[in-house]
Amino acid sequence: MTVEATLADRGHPRQLGLRVHPSSDAAGRVELLLGSRLPTEPNTVAGGVLWLGPDEWLIVDRELTETQLLGALAGEGAAVELSANRLALHVSGPGARDVLGSCCPLDLHPRVFGAGRCAQTLVAGVAVILERTGDGPGFRLLVRPSFAAHVRAWLIDAIEEPG
Amino acid sequence: MRRLADGGRLDRSTTLAVTWDGREIEAHPGDTLASALLAAGITEVARSTVHGRPRGIVSAGAEEPCAYVQVDAPRSEPLVAATLVEAVDGLVAAPLAGFGRLAGDDLERHDRRHHHCDVLVVGGGTAGAAEARRAAAAGLRVVWAERDTGPLPDLGDDALCLSRTTAVGSYDDNLVMLVERVSSTRRRMWQVRAGEVVLATGAHERPLVFAGNDLPGVMLAGAARTYLERFALVPERAVVFTTNDAGTETAEALRAAGAAVTLVDARAGHAVVAAEGEGRLRSVLVAPIATPADAERVECELLAVSGGFEPVLDLHRHRRGGVRWDAPRACFVPHGTVRNQRIVGTAMGDGLPTVAALWLVPGGEERHAYVDLQRDVTVTDLRRAVGAGLESIEHVKRYTLVGTGVDQGRTAKTNAAAIAAGLLGREIAEIGTSTTRPPVEPVSFAVLAGRARGPRFEPVRTTPIHAWHVNHGAVFEDVGQWKRPWYYPQPGEDMDAAVLRECAAARTGVAMMDASTLGKIDIQGPDSAEFLNRLYTNSYDTLRVGRCRYGLLCRADGMVFDDGVVTRVAEDRFFATTTTGGAAAVLDWMEEWLQTEWPELRVHLTSVTEQWQTVAVVGPRSRDLLSSAFGAIDFSNEAFPFMTFRDTTFHKRFPARVSRVSFSGELAYEVSVPSDAGRLLWLGLWKAGEPLGVTAYGTETMHVLRAEKGFVIVGQDTDGTVTPIDLGMDWIVSKTKPFVGRRSLTRPDTARPDRKQLVGLLPDDPSVRLDEGAQLVLDPEQAPPVTMIGHVTSSYRSAALGRTFALALVRSGRERLGEPVYSPGADGITAARVVEPVFYDAEGLRRDG
Repeated sequence: MTVEATLADRGHPRQLGLRVHPSSDAAGRVELLLGSRLPTEPNTVAGGVLWLGPDEWLIVDRELTETQLLGALAGEGAAVELSANRLALHVSGPGARDVLGSCCPLDLHPRVFGAGRCAQTLVAGVAVILERTGDGPGFRLLVRPSFAAHVRAWLIDAIEEPG
Repeated sequence: MRRLADGGRLDRSTTLAVTWDGREIEAHPGDTLASALLAAGITEVARSTVHGRPRGIVSAGAEEPCAYVQVDAPRSEPLVAATLVEAVDGLVAAPLAGFGRLAGDDLERHDRRHHHCDVLVVGGGTAGAAEARRAAAAGLRVVWAERDTGPLPDLGDDALCLSRTTAVGSYDDNLVMLVERVSSTRRRMWQVRAGEVVLATGAHERPLVFAGNDLPGVMLAGAARTYLERFALVPERAVVFTTNDAGTETAEALRAAGAAVTLVDARAGHAVVAAEGEGRLRSVLVAPIATPADAERVECELLAVSGGFEPVLDLHRHRRGGVRWDAPRACFVPHGTVRNQRIVGTAMGDGLPTVAALWLVPGGEERHAYVDLQRDVTVTDLRRAVGAGLESIEHVKRYTLVGTGVDQGRTAKTNAAAIAAGLLGREIAEIGTSTTRPPVEPVSFAVLAGRARGPRFEPVRTTPIHAWHVNHGAVFEDVGQWKRPWYYPQPGEDMDAAVLRECAAARTGVAMMDASTLGKIDIQGPDSAEFLNRLYTNSYDTLRVGRCRYGLLCRADGMVFDDGVVTRVAEDRFFATTTTGGAAAVLDWMEEWLQTEWPELRVHLTSVTEQWQTVAVVGPRSRDLLSSAFGAIDFSNEAFPFMTFRDTTFHKRFPARVSRVSFSGELAYEVSVPSDAGRLLWLGLWKAGEPLGVTAYGTETMHVLRAEKGFVIVGQDTDGTVTPIDLGMDWIVSKTKPFVGRRSLTRPDTARPDRKQLVGLLPDDPSVRLDEGAQLVLDPEQAPPVTMIGHVTSSYRSAALGRTFALALVRSGRERLGEPVYSPGADGITAARVVEPVFYDAEGLRRDG
């Protein structure tokens, strides 16, 4: 018997790192460019933008370039192209939470870590950005490429855990 | 004891093959090893650890002090209570010999799981069941753990109900470790974080202390009742010796099952003053407590004793939860609370009988009256401890080892405290009881490790080019968690030969190295130049856009910490590289200064180590290679001078940066692309280099090339006690601006002239390579202790020099140029001469190709 979950490798999604003071004019210009508000509640996601810190976000899968973002910032804050810096692993299925429970200390129950939540945490001892995908029991892990094999090995091992 | 034809919770239709000490015994599903042994008439199951006395089964649960056995199959475990070993087909066990033995590596799969809940209920009795059901009904997330075989009822999707599970430790903020016996061989460790912990752990019985109380056949009264009711085992003749009603009830139950029972009730003034028998109980001496000499002998095979009950409070005590003495029930009960933890039911003392406390039965031989059966501590030992002047129960514990056994002294600690109190003429309430620590029961290291073993123990980091390195025969070196190509031996080559070939290629042709593991930091903001000025020993406000500069970082103590190349990408944007091993530490260091000391600086830092993959192309023909790979760039010296960079595209769609930096003194470039194009870049450059005879080189060659030029490697030629001045790098240390570590460079100790300084060494015999780390002395004939003046930090064979050479840290080294030094080693003494630490192209003529 194995845990009911699947692991999918989704390559490198487009990613841009953003640093800007949330109440600055520059933040307003970035929001205009994005067409959505930057999430200010810690560890939440809005419009593909992940809150990573009080002045730090990761913009994922948006049709946007570092140059555009730098233009909007106009010298306030920072924008960094990070698409190749992390790759995406998806864990989904009814057993997804059990699989991550083998190697991630966070509480991932939907009441605590439901749709729209993200976190910077450790999975198998490796720093990852973890995000709940949609309403179903699925998670996206953004992992630095050099650590991906290690994280993958842990997740596959957990999926194969006998009951 | 005899097994009844029916009754008990046994599946008599199935007989299990259980082997004890080489002999087959009969058992049924529902049996424990202990009940199967008793059913087979085996009373002696262990020898005591210190006195070597025969010991039997005392309990029916986790409080067992004696019956520790070696289990060999199905899972080898060297130290388990027979009362907790479930009888399964193929069970093989034997008396424990010494400390037991491990069956080599435990290769069974043990898992670990993190879990979170609102309420964790420990204990499957009535109080625990009520709590678990109530919490589940309230819609709370529940974990319910029970040590016994269960099964527990299903409480819904949000409940985790675990039988065969022991809570082994409770830690801050309600982190509780549970060990689940998933099968007879597998364990799963649950790391549960609970909003509230509810302890419904019940109570266990306590024995009485009298001469011969350790004989096989002396058992807790409640255990005798469990063996009767659950396992259908009944003795022919029994004596029940009690201080409370529970013992009386056991006597009635045994009698009703057909045993001949003599009740000895301390409340009626009677006691068992001694148990007798060779190797097992044959009879007891019963006498009035007031006149113990008036003893009467009663023959029996079982003596069931009840000295009272102990609430099970291990998890409460792990959290420094308090206890107080309850005189009527003669036990320690919880006192005060632990935040977000409740204790319910019997564990609170609820429902425990009133006890006529009897701590030490008079009249018997004290040296055979055991207080701790697991540690073989007798009343005589306690008397000796108190006689030695020990008054604290913690000191008595350490002196006698009472309560320190694998059973955690469950049946011993209260008796020990009470008897010690009596010897000291004090009250047990004053003396208290000794500390209880995790784990509640033994947990093997294999279970603690879980799946974090073998390939999953630690990450192995590789670059996207790794497969190519493997396919081309690279031998790898561990650099932090990275696997880096060390050298690429061709058929028939040893390491020396491969490195000499790689070095020669880099000095005479063209060679490539995967440099992707270097740390990379993006620095943005209007104050970036000022920020770098404050951290690096040299200046960055003077660095023009489009140019690169080598930089050195010191800790506040002035010691070299890391180095790298800083590139000014734009007026307010820089790109810094760090050493491979120092990447995370440098970013932390920068963030620490930015966040805690200089929050006013408008600077943002981002790690881009894995955004970019970097390939170093080195050698006089590197320009040809790159011209072929990047036709759009003019690679001439005039158009693309040293320490500048060009941005371009690779494969039309990937941004690429070519920097003219050199860590070898040769004409050299570093090319960086986003990491998803890293493999393509390597292949593309390799293809462009093939007509030029391009050679792949590893870290060893890199080290040789840089050492020939006297370039240091932080962490190899430095060790946290070396300043830039010691390295002869005054040229990079600003005399005009402040930077972290600058003030420390003028301390008397760092300014001292006889510090160890970086020098070169040339062994007198050009074929002899000094050992890295070898000590250096001035006078090899000196009588010990020999004055050591330094050590070798780097040592290689050089293709360019046609000989060996080394770098070393030597006291007052720069004053010793031309002088001899000696390195005493296992193969005798090697003589060398101190030289300038630049061995090759001191004029820097090769840099421009």
